[in-house]
Parts: sequence; C-alpha cells; structure tokens
Amino acid sequence: MAKVELALQVLTGAEATAHAMRQIRPDVVPVYPITPQTPIIQTFSRFVADGKTDTVLVQVESEHSAMSAAVGSALAGARTMTATASQGLALMVEVVYIAAGLRAPVVIAVGNRALSGPINIHGDHSDGMLARDSGAVQIYALDAQEAYDLTVMAPRVAEHARVLLPVMVGQDGFNVTHSAEPVALLPDEEVQAFVGPYEIPYALLDGNAPSSHGVFAMPDSYFELRHQMISAVEAAERVYGEVAEDYRRLFGRWLPALDAYRMEDAERALILIGSAAGTAKEVVDDLRAAGEKVGLVAVRLYRPFPHQALREVLAGVKRVAVLDRAASPGTYPPLFSDALGAVQGTQVELRSYVYGLGGRDLPLRAVHRAFRELLAPAHARIGYLGLVGEDDDGES
Amino acid sequence: MASLKTLALLEEERPGFSGGHSLCAGCGIPPIVRTVLGSIRGPKVAISATGCLEVATTRYPFTAWGVPWIHVAFENAAAVAGGVEAAYRALSRRGKIQGEPVTFVVFAGDGGTYDIGLQALSGALERGHRLLYVCYNNEAYMNTGIQRSGATPYAANTTTSPVGSLGKGKAERRKDMTAIVVAHHIPYAAQAAASHWQDLSRKVERAVQVDGPSFLNVLATCPPGWGHEAKDSVKLARIAVETHYWPLFEVVEGHYRITHRPAHQRPLEEWLNLQRRFSHLHGERGADLVCRLQEELDEGWVQLLQRDAADAEWFRALEEAGA
Repeated sequence: MAKVELALQVLTGAEATAHAMRQIRPDVVPVYPITPQTPIIQTFSRFVADGKTDTVLVQVESEHSAMSAAVGSALAGARTMTATASQGLALMVEVVYIAAGLRAPVVIAVGNRALSGPINIHGDHSDGMLARDSGAVQIYALDAQEAYDLTVMAPRVAEHARVLLPVMVGQDGFNVTHSAEPVALLPDEEVQAFVGPYEIPYALLDGNAPSSHGVFAMPDSYFELRHQMISAVEAAERVYGEVAEDYRRLFGRWLPALDAYRMEDAERALILIGSAAGTAKEVVDDLRAAGEKVGLVAVRLYRPFPHQALREVLAGVKRVAVLDRAASPGTYPPLFSDALGAVQGTQVELRSYVYGLGGRDLPLRAVHRAFRELLAPAHARIGYLGLVGEDDDGES
Repeated sequence: MASLKTLALLEEERPGFSGGHSLCAGCGIPPIVRTVLGSIRGPKVAISATGCLEVATTRYPFTAWGVPWIHVAFENAAAVAGGVEAAYRALSRRGKIQGEPVTFVVFAGDGGTYDIGLQALSGALERGHRLLYVCYNNEAYMNTGIQRSGATPYAANTTTSPVGSLGKGKAERRKDMTAIVVAHHIPYAAQAAASHWQDLSRKVERAVQVDGPSFLNVLATCPPGWGHEAKDSVKLARIAVETHYWPLFEVVEGHYRITHRPAHQRPLEEWLNLQRRFSHLHGERGADLVCRLQEELDEGWVQLLQRDAADAEWFRALEEAGA
C-alpha cells in the first residue's frame, strides 16, 4: 500500500518527534526544557547545530514565554512548533487558551507527565487534561511511531483554513518519550510536500495590510468571537479525518480518531488514551483466546472528541470500562465524562476507572479486573486500577 | 531627532496611532506612543502588554493602530515580541519576506514591566532580540484602578497602599528598573519623559539603530491615578525632570550620560503639590515623608552625576570616532 520506501530506525518517541520536526522544518521553535520532553528539544537542537534544519531556535526562559513567543511567531506568519510537559504545560496553559482564541496554529509536542504535588516526573495525562478546555486540538499517540506520524500530520490540522488552532500532540512520558522501538521515518521531501507551505490570513508581517491581533472584546462581541473558535474546534474533527485519510493514502499508515481493536462483536470493551493500549490489547487477545467477546478503543483524537464515532463503535457493546490516566477530584474523570456524553440515550453502561497516576504501571491483572467487573452490572463508584489495596487480589 | 514637521506630517498621512481611542483626557501615554512611532523610519510592528493602552485603543471592532499590532497577555509582551522578531529573522533568512527592515516596538506599562512582565523582559533582553521595549511608566496599576506597583514611589497613595489612620501611602521605595535593564548588558537603555519630546525622539532613533535590544523607561502622567489636572500633564512631566524626580539619561553599552541637566533643581514640593496621591504630604504634616523622598532623589542624582562624569571620556572618544 505504501507508495514510499520507509527506513526503519530504533528511536524513542522523543527522538522520533524531533525527526518529524526536523523534516517539517518549522520557521521558529521557541522552547524550554522539562522532563520528559527534554530529549525532544535536545535532539532538535542537535539537528539545528548540525545544520540539518535552519529553524530559528528561541531558547526562552520559561514555558510561559515559549508559548507567548510561539503565538507571536505563528501570527507573524511563521510556522511555529514548541514542546513541553507537566508543570511546563501548566505554566503555558494561560497562553494556550489565548493561542486558541487568537487562532494561532502552533503545534505543541507534549511528553505527558503528572502534575505536582508531590512532584513526580513520570507519565500520566493530568497535564493534557489541564488544557482540555483551552480550544487546542489534542491528539494522543499510542507509541513512538504514532508520535512521529501525528507530529507530521499536526501542522496540516492546525493550519487548515477551517481550523487555525493550536494542536497538542501527546505521548506518554517515559512509556513513549524514552522507550526505543523501531520507527519508520518518511523521506524528508515527502514530509515537506505533505505539510506544504505555511499560509495564514492576516499575518502580522504582511506589510500590505496592517492588522490588529488580540484586541479587547466586550460583552457585545466576546461571545461570538469565542463561538467562532468553538466552531473551529468542532470542524477540526473532520479536518483530522481528511488529513489522516491523506496520510493513509500516501504512506499507508492509518491513524483514525479512534483506534478500535477487536471490537467487531464485542460485548465488553475498554476505552483509554495512550500507551496503555499496548497492555490492554494483550489482555484483549488473552480473553478473546478464551472465547470472551471483548475489545478496546484507544482515543487518539481527544479534542474535538469524536462522539459520533465512539457511539458507532460502541453500538452493540453492553458494558464499557473507561480508563482515565487523570483524575477530576470530586467527580468523574475527563475521558469518562466525554464517553458518557457520547453514549447518552443508548443502552451502553459505563464504568469509570482511574489508573497510572504519576507513572504507576497498569498491570495486566488490573486490566483483567476491569473486564471481569464488567460482567456485573455497572455501578457509580470510581475504581482505581493499580492502587495499592484496590486490585491486588492475586489474580492475573 | 524627528522634527516637529516630520511628526506632524506623519500624523496627517499615515498615522501609526490615530485618535478616537478612549484613553483619558490628559493621559501621558498617547504623546509617548506618537513620538516613538513617529521617530522610527520604515515599517514597524507594535506589541502591547495588557494595560490602559491596549484596552483603550483596540475595542473590537475598532483599532487605533495604523501599524501591525499584537497583544497576547499582561506578563509576556517581551516574549511575544521575541517570537515576532524571531519569525521575521526566520522568514527573512528563508527569503520569504523582503523589503525595508522592520522595527519591533513593545509598549507596556510599569505593571507589565517592573512586576509581572519582568521575567519575560529579562529573558528577551538576555537573548538579544532586536527590539525596542518602551515602558510607559505611570507608576501604578492604573487600568485596574490605581493599585500600587513596583514602580509606585514611596509614600504615594494608591487603592492598595491607601492613606489611613495608620497607612501613610506606599511604604516601600520604587524599583530602579532602568538599572535592572542595564544589568543585562544591552546596547542601549534610557529614561525619558514626554515633556522633553526632542530628547525622547532622539533616544528612539538611537535605540532602534543598535543591533540588539533597547529599552526606554518613559514617565507617563495619569490624571485619575495621580490626581492631577489634565491640563497639567506636560507641565508635571517637566517638573518631574527638573526636581530630579525623573532624571533624563541614557546608557550606551553600559556607559551613562545625562541628556538633560535642569538649570535649577526645582523644589520637590512643586512636584508633590500638583498631585492628590501626595496630598497627605502637602504642608507641615508630611515633612518627614518628603524628607525621605528628597533623600532618595538626591542620592540617585549624585550617583548619576558620578556615573556621567566617569563615562564622559568614553562618550568623547565615541563621538570623535564617529566624526
């Protein structure tokens, strides 16, 4: 299917992302180091130092300034990418909101990591969820290959005339950022051709027509301007689909909004985001081998949330466990709430689980537990997978 | 220095900053913005921090800006400007934009410069972006209703340093922001005031010629915040200079030069008595506070004289080399 010969290299998710950035050749990359994103910018800085790309690197003094410089650069008329994680994303989130509101199509690579406190450098999705309502498009990779592919796809989504929004490409901290696996890179010129030139309306450096960006909107206009942004986020679902379809057509790799695994006749299913899909697929295979009708849905496109697609893939499923790698203390966690919205009015029963906070492994037995508990009618309690004392029942 | 004729012509032909905005009568900011923009030849882009200037000039769907303008947030104007400048460098390098060189000018208030924006400014100065950062310094958070900032002078009455049965106005000294900027070893920094517009214009011209960051700290009068008559705006700025409250000087490659020496130092009371924020200092009851303020000014002026004298030879050599 693939039209181009792909070269396999053993790369971590972070390195693969840096290669995607090198091949995209953004005009400007303002960035600040933070674990576990650091290997992305270290690798990229090396590419710049070796003349592999002529991107202008702006080594800012904080993530807040990274995103601020990125908004300035993107609206000035330059293709702009940055990268961050955890506290860094928390610090930049004010400006992520503004980037969406000002329609600045910045691509942000995120090595998803827990939020303090206590401080913890390992993976979970709390940082991404903090930016959940910002208006930024959020895509999550399942592995290093996807971190690469989605980074290559991201500018097309961000810069599409119907979108013009920041796009965050998430990969699980350490599980993906630091785990080496064979990754197939596209030829540089194919990536260049795929992303095309950077074109936005009303670029600040368009000398012909001075424009004002970031103006003051009163109650008579703010709502409409925000509504335009909201509509653009909604439009990004279709655009993502088009870009993913293009990517499949050209390169033979298919990364739809939802990764449905063995869902054909599934009666029970899991929904989750990110690298835990690998563990979950293993359990699905085991249970399928034992004749159980189970499946998995990994959510790649998290914002906009593909409600209709999820509803369709869950048609016929009786019970679903939604596994969140983030909490929303005092209520149901984010992915569960989104899934609940998708299945409203259907017969699908949902159960909520939180797992993997601060880099805690998701053991096979915890995934088994979730599938086992789906045999009984769902109830409202939030389960905690892998939490000491919760699922340590000796089964696996 | 841009001549008055040049500035006036620019205003008529293609104003970078036009009227119709909602800044207060007597506000010190517009003359600063006009003089700065009018003193820069060629295309320019303005970057604003959140503040009076931004709010009052860009109420959607209107804009007072005839030059490309961007505002993102309060604390990040220098970072945004750094990004715009980096974009310009990147696009120029790749041949995607051509033409006359573009000048990047930041306009931020004292809150957005001395306090919440200090980190972003420090980073931008250290990185060496080629941009001019203009602080319109009206010595408090005026846009939110006159709260004290790091630029608010000792004893000034603000809504968060109010004079009361115990409170005597702001208890702390103002920061020496210009010195903080100078400590970044940037090629050009200066203090200016709109009352001395030729001096300001000349400083802008020098600032935009340097290859790197430049900084102007410009005193901006504020009728509601300072409690002065709108008609006294320019006069008050002049008095600030002539009392040594706001000395006019420039720092070129770390070398200090006083650019205007008042013939006579006016008494501090002339500065204080025109402003309601200092009304508790008026007359005998404020004598102690006035005394402390006076000491602060004298100390600063003596230090400035010493620096000026020490660097005089350096400037002479520079001018000889230039001539």
